[in-house]
Amino acid sequence: MKNPIENLNKIFDSRIRLGIMSAVMVNEGLNFNELKELIEVTDGNLASHLKTLEENEFIKVKKGFIGRKTNTTYSITKTGEKAFRTHLEALEQMIRKLG
Amino acid sequence: METEQSPIASIHNIRQMMERSSRFISLSGLSGIGAGICALLGAAYAWQLKNGLEEAGIDYRSLAFATGSDLQKQLLAAGACTFIAALCVAVFFTYLRSKKTGVAIWGTTARRLLWNTSVPLAIGGIVVYRLLDLGLGGLVAPCCLLFYGLALINGSKYTVGEIKWLGYCQLVLGVINLWMIGHGLILWAIGFGVLHIVYGIAMWLKYERNNNN
Repeated sequence: MKNPIENLNKIFDSRIRLGIMSAVMVNEGLNFNELKELIEVTDGNLASHLKTLEENEFIKVKKGFIGRKTNTTYSITKTGEKAFRTHLEALEQMIRKLG
Repeated sequence: METEQSPIASIHNIRQMMERSSRFISLSGLSGIGAGICALLGAAYAWQLKNGLEEAGIDYRSLAFATGSDLQKQLLAAGACTFIAALCVAVFFTYLRSKKTGVAIWGTTARRLLWNTSVPLAIGGIVVYRLLDLGLGGLVAPCCLLFYGLALINGSKYTVGEIKWLGYCQLVLGVINLWMIGHGLILWAIGFGVLHIVYGIAMWLKYERNNNN
């Protein structure tokens, strides 16, 4: 049998990246401040993790405006959704093995 | 660098983030208790009006259902005051809880909850207005219970899920009221008063008691 650990996505090792992915899975679009509040991280930290996810095409970024202020929203891509599901399945298999 | 998480910790993390980002969890049990007490006070006031008229030998029911009667105006005003007071009390306790848990009271989840409960309530309001217009005062009480129940069930997807049970109970009372026209006051006291208090206590015991100690 294949080792389920191989299916775990290295990108989701980080609590912050996993948090971002979980939040965008169930929301159509979240902006930077909403994510920051949810995950409780500093701006710089969140920005760098968002960048990683964006580079892997797991999330897409939409820049917009509310009045004069910029409002950047993040949402999940098809690739991201697939990767997240695979990761969840791998976690599930690992837990089954433990039990 | 961050360390790798165990699968259980990861799943816990995912679940927490999904819930926190999609549900408004600051809704306090105390809000339910407070709103219920407001409703009981409102019902007590209406009960007094009713008893006063009955002692004078006046048919309370037909007067209450008669569009434009003074009694109906008094009852509507009392209902509106009760609703506003209950809403203020509910918002106040939820505000306190959100301060305690450190979650902002206004955000995507609050907006979504408000929208999804407001739509059925607003439509209910229009229906009730039309019923009064058409002289169908007897249907006002059951319609309020029914639309409120539907609003709660619709909103339950965006806040503590248990609130849907409160919604189903309101629907049952509303349907009973459809066949017991004229007993709206007692069913309102149960639905908006007693049930809110029971729900509020249950929620407080389940989610808030331990965090207070």
